[in-house]
Amino acid sequence: MSNTASYWNLFRNGIFGENPVFRLALSLCPAVAVTSGVKNGFLMGVAVLFVQTMANVTTSLLRKFINPKVRIPSYMFIIATWVTVTDLAMAAFARDVYAQMGLYIKLIVAFAIILSRSELFASKNKVVPSFFDGLGMGVGFLLALVIIGFFRELLGKGSLWGIQIIDTKPLLIMILPAGGFFAMGILMGFFNWIDIKFFGGKGASGAGGSHG
Amino acid sequence: MEFTKLFELLIAASLINNFVFTRYLGLCIFFGVTKKMDTSIGMSVTFTSVMVISGALNWLIYKFIMTPLGLGFLEIVIFIGVVAGFVQAADTIMKKVAPGLYYKLGIYLALITTNCIILAVPLLNVSEGYNFMESLFFGLGSGIGFSLAMIIMASIREKLELADVPKSFQGLPISFVVTGLIALAFLGFSGLITL
Repeated sequence: MSNTASYWNLFRNGIFGENPVFRLALSLCPAVAVTSGVKNGFLMGVAVLFVQTMANVTTSLLRKFINPKVRIPSYMFIIATWVTVTDLAMAAFARDVYAQMGLYIKLIVAFAIILSRSELFASKNKVVPSFFDGLGMGVGFLLALVIIGFFRELLGKGSLWGIQIIDTKPLLIMILPAGGFFAMGILMGFFNWIDIKFFGGKGASGAGGSHG
Repeated sequence: MEFTKLFELLIAASLINNFVFTRYLGLCIFFGVTKKMDTSIGMSVTFTSVMVISGALNWLIYKFIMTPLGLGFLEIVIFIGVVAGFVQAADTIMKKVAPGLYYKLGIYLALITTNCIILAVPLLNVSEGYNFMESLFFGLGSGIGFSLAMIIMASIREKLELADVPKSFQGLPISFVVTGLIALAFLGFSGLITL
């Protein structure tokens, strides 16, 4: 019984407590790069969710066999393998999307969030908790991408998931490269503001350094 | 003729398709180390050299080992291995040969392996089908573009420290907004040359 509760906590931690994008400020590149639309953001999120979960499980399974001295390269190879799987699957089944963001799918391998979860969590925990940790982090990432994509597509193109909702294009700049940075900055500031205003936090999101 | 093409590639990679402002790569390092001017300069030097060398190295491996063996689908695994191995080697060699330089730049080397732009250079070389010289210049141009971005950002952030920013926007959020403004300026470079 207490097990179920703690798995739920692990899962929730990834979405709220340590949301990879808004809280930990890790792996920002894809958060800006692929979120010009909800659909791209969603598919990217799914790819990351899959890689994160599988990499966590694999790392956890192999944690007794990996010599601590070569652990980082070993994790990199585990992640690279799963990214290759995702990359080839995406290339086969989602061609139009892959043409737009193929490079970013390949670069999942260099996302700090995945390596840092392998190192900080999966290398020290059993398979099942690692699975839930990966799932939580992945879903947190997915949600962040969808939220950013939602605002950018709605304001930039007046559409959602490729379906036209408003006739005009209110803020064309939002889908340009520059708009990605604006959207990200403003959303981050907004979440900090909520945190300070309603939860008495310090608004520390990303005030420290970030990596990768 | 050949030289003009290479020069155009250099300009395109550094200004028009700037890695940070139009391709959104290397953002984490970009926001992480641009708090101080000298760190950003050290980082820029290290990054540019690693990008050029690892780009060339990966090109050779792709052309002479992976293509004949039909291993193209393993590009991610192999490139990341080559970059990691190269960085480790550079780390060890620099410690022995040039300890002074090592103490200045060594800490940045460790951060490089998990960085997306270092990996993006060989991947783009392959997908664009560049030849050896073109890959070298593409790596160099990308490195220059990244350095330019870092130095611009570092000089702005040093001033930003003194500015009165609303509490919820302090730190990263305001940096993002500033980057957006620079990206807007870089948009002006598009159409500078047509490849």
